Amino acid sequence: MSKMQLITKGILKENPTFVLILGMCPTIGVTSSAINGMGMGVATMAVLIMSNVVISLIKNLIPSKVRIPAYIVVIASFVTIIEMLMKAYVPSLYEALGVFIPLIVVNCIILGRAEAFASKNNALDSALDGVGIGLGFTLSLTVVGMVREALGSGSFFGMPFAEDVMPLVFILAPGGFIALGYLMVLFNKISKR
Amino acid sequence: MEFENISREIVQAFETGTISAAPETLFAIIIGAIFVNNVVLSQFLGICPFLGVSSKVETSLGMGMAVTFVMALSGVVTWCLQTYVLQPFGIEYMQTIAFILVIAALVQMVEIVLKKASPALYQALGIFLPLITTNCAVLGIAIIAVQKYPFDLLTGVIFSVATALGFALALVLFAGIRERLDVEDVPKAFKGTPIALIAAGLLAMAFMGFAGLV
Repeated sequence: MSKMQLITKGILKENPTFVLILGMCPTIGVTSSAINGMGMGVATMAVLIMSNVVISLIKNLIPSKVRIPAYIVVIASFVTIIEMLMKAYVPSLYEALGVFIPLIVVNCIILGRAEAFASKNNALDSALDGVGIGLGFTLSLTVVGMVREALGSGSFFGMPFAEDVMPLVFILAPGGFIALGYLMVLFNKISKR
Repeated sequence: MEFENISREIVQAFETGTISAAPETLFAIIIGAIFVNNVVLSQFLGICPFLGVSSKVETSLGMGMAVTFVMALSGVVTWCLQTYVLQPFGIEYMQTIAFILVIAALVQMVEIVLKKASPALYQALGIFLPLITTNCAVLGIAIIAVQKYPFDLLTGVIFSVATALGFALALVLFAGIRERLDVEDVPKAFKGTPIALIAAGLLAMAFMGFAGLV
């Protein structure tokens, strides 16, 4: 697989949200606005790239029986670093995402890539894989956030265009499930699966 | 007009995190955690098992029981860890790492103990236990319980158990719906996860009716 393919496969062919259906909790939990979705996507991507690189570097040092706990410790360390950085530099986003930032640890996408890709490939390829899957995740979260924000609060990335006339339900819990369901239908239709 | 005002209030409460306006009694905490702030349908935690293990009512019941069991135990252990280790040493920033390690170890231990002590229960819950380590509801509720009820172990544990019961309730209800969905004639693009998500949305809408109960 070429280097370019590594990056682009995460966007359509192996899109973590719409094709692999992984990491559903943040996908619905934080996408009440496009900015929140994007912030969550970027934070997850950062953790994914760093943990992929480190895991691929230490893959020969870890006995295979304890590899999962070892991966979890690596991932949790990076999540803690990202958490502290966000608290210091983007406090409003940190408040908005709340408990979902520490929960990046249990995002199945990250552990899944560690097990399926980083533990078998070199550091550069693993980093590119992290960029690709991370981009796919960020894009999906941003799209879901944009749709829900437009339908629910009538604004686009925080810029209002039709405030107070839109059905609020789309930024509440039920709207999250329904919007994601219909976007998935659209994705299936377009990619003819 | 009336409805619009109410829903705007709900949004505000949702955004500021005060949707269950300081529950005072244990009863209010239990009702709040099971129905009003249902862990899956209004807090979006544990959606992976919610979608993954909900194709049959029986399996969803098993998963619900396993989660309740582990959540109660992890509630006790993480509260002790937070109060007796992390806070005295001033290392609260290690919370994420410490909690996930403790939960992973706990799940392993429960599996080993159950295998020896109660083979029947192990038969019923065994296959679900490894899945629970990466169930974000367990870690999420451990963190929320420690933040919400930092001075009271009993309240924290009751909150954890009630939340887990809410998870089990949502899972079993949803499995019932999905069993019916399987035999329906669904358009091709909707098959599988999309129609399940839309059904979950309708279920969440029904649960919104509990808002303001406590």
